Amino acid sequence: MKTEQPINIRIAGLGGMGILKSSHILAKVLFRAGYDVKLAEVHGMSQRGGSVTSDIRFGKKILSPMIPNSEVDFLLILAPEEIELHRPSLRPGGVLLNALAFDTVALPNRKSLNIALLGTLSGYLDIPIESWQLTILDSFPQKLHAINVESFTTGRNLAQGGAR
Amino acid sequence: MAERQLLSGNEAVALGALHAGCARGTGYPGTPSTEILENYDAIGGHAEWAPNEKVAAEVALGVAFAGARAMVTMKHVGLNVASDVLFTAAYSGVQGALVFVVADDPGLASSQDEQDTRRYGIAAGVPVIEPADSQESYDYTRLAFTVSARWKTPVILRMTTRVSHTTAIVQPADLIETPITPHFVRDIPGRVMIPGHARIKHKALRAKLAEIQAWCETEGPHVLYPGSSGVGIVSSGVASMHAREACPEAALLKLGMTYPLPFKLILDFLHGQSSRYVIEENDPFLVEQIRAAGGDVPWNPEPYRMGELTVDRVRRLLKGDATPETTPPKGRSPRLCHACPHGYVFDILKKHDCIVSGDIGCYTLAALPPRAAMDSQICMGASIGIGLGLRHVLPESEARRVVSVIGDSTFMHSGLTGVAEMVFNPPPTGHVLIVLDNLTTAMTGQQEHPATGRRLDHTPTTRIMIEDVVRAMGIKNVTVLDPVRQTAELEATLLAALKTNELTVIVGRQPCLLAAGRIRSYEQKG
Repeated sequence: MKTEQPINIRIAGLGGMGILKSSHILAKVLFRAGYDVKLAEVHGMSQRGGSVTSDIRFGKKILSPMIPNSEVDFLLILAPEEIELHRPSLRPGGVLLNALAFDTVALPNRKSLNIALLGTLSGYLDIPIESWQLTILDSFPQKLHAINVESFTTGRNLAQGGAR
Repeated sequence: MAERQLLSGNEAVALGALHAGCARGTGYPGTPSTEILENYDAIGGHAEWAPNEKVAAEVALGVAFAGARAMVTMKHVGLNVASDVLFTAAYSGVQGALVFVVADDPGLASSQDEQDTRRYGIAAGVPVIEPADSQESYDYTRLAFTVSARWKTPVILRMTTRVSHTTAIVQPADLIETPITPHFVRDIPGRVMIPGHARIKHKALRAKLAEIQAWCETEGPHVLYPGSSGVGIVSSGVASMHAREACPEAALLKLGMTYPLPFKLILDFLHGQSSRYVIEENDPFLVEQIRAAGGDVPWNPEPYRMGELTVDRVRRLLKGDATPETTPPKGRSPRLCHACPHGYVFDILKKHDCIVSGDIGCYTLAALPPRAAMDSQICMGASIGIGLGLRHVLPESEARRVVSVIGDSTFMHSGLTGVAEMVFNPPPTGHVLIVLDNLTTAMTGQQEHPATGRRLDHTPTTRIMIEDVVRAMGIKNVTVLDPVRQTAELEATLLAALKTNELTVIVGRQPCLLAAGRIRSYEQKG
């Protein structure tokens, strides 16, 4: 992937949807792939059901932790009601991946929507699938491995279908 | 070589402290600083929550007086509470090392103000070091301990949200310092700050600061990024990252120690530029000092001293754009969890049109619509004093509606002296205090405090019972009720109390919904 300029990913939704969890998994995958990575999140009040946003930027060298206006390359939205709030931040040609895409697709558990969206994102990034799977296994206790790997794979299959 | 890691700024500070041979970390939870001590504990450091930041700083100072290294962590308003320690510790100095890690909140993600901690450096005469990312959070924590130990001075390590809560790559150093064995060395003129001793120490402090400034000029943690456009920017902290991205062709002097400032370095840098800017978040701390020293830098338009800086805001600033900024639409605001025990109490208070003098915690969310059931919230523990002040002067019919509401952690932090005031100077109509005891410090992520019976690492310790304390202080009417299962009784007790001229404390006790499961498991283990 061309990374002279940062590639910018924003994950957004409401507190309790696993946004921070998926952001950290994503950051780890990118770190292990050898990129410079910064992940910016805001803690505290968001836990109480408020809006939560994470910015993940990766490339050769990342300076500001926060994505400038209209420079989001990939926007992952876990709460459909938040789409219009975040759409203006997308770069022209940027990719919107949203939870609605999974309405008709069976997920083992709606709680793993965050990982499913990571799966879809993975289809756009040039990182070996093993690296994603390894990091997902690292990030969850044994009993949650199967569910999350399955969700990731479901999401990735959607990307191959050219989801937008 | 040590392995590279992905760490938040807070995690990096914890690791840096461990590697600097820190013997003890103390503090009080406060966003965005809370994770520092939690991580420090997780990686093997001795970490404790103190009842408040003043006590935390005092414990840390005791560690430093013994010749060992200590760290005390807090958010920016926490330094207000610990400032009494800071100012006099600057005079006394330390034998080991003492680092105040203070995390500011530009843009008020979760605070009652956006005060700028750097100003405490000047006011108290304490060096200030500002990391700009996770790597510097690690490196500059170690540097802070080194500076503190070398000049026997407290040092402030100033973080902000986007340094504390941004996760980035850290390459830890190979060389790790081991904690030294502390010994007490008597030094009465050095540690008893009566006027005769303190006068001498003040003079010594100014000489010390001059030495540190000279070091800062030539060996300080500053980075010079050369430019090609004739634009010169002086910056510090994460703002320097936004500036480097916004204006890559500019020359940028990133200051790592911002008190004392390396004026010669700064003025020499500015002299060679055709246009000059200072990019800093919140107060014009650098601008003021640089201009006072003769540097030709402009004032930034006032709106830029409020809120976080971003790449976009810095682009506007550098273009001289002072037109009104558009506020982005707000997302969904936080609210009390559905069925939170606090909700039951505030519904009662609202039903009876009480004047609610509130405090800081999850329960502050009751001030927001649709409940809108809290009338004031200023600083930790203020609920009690403000409630009493209202009762002292309002006409009787209004005074009778005043109720103070405080949480359990806030109560241990700064409520004890409020209860002393209740008993010492009771208003003519008496007063009612409700302590919302959800058995945790909830808003900051469910930490322990002296009334939970568990230490930072959740191991058991003596539990202070809030109802026993207030009874011992002289309050006769003390009731403990479950706000969820005894709602009607709580309402009846409140209404009866409001009719009397007596002092009443109602403890509404029910675990925080998010913490309840873990509390049960700690109790089973203990």
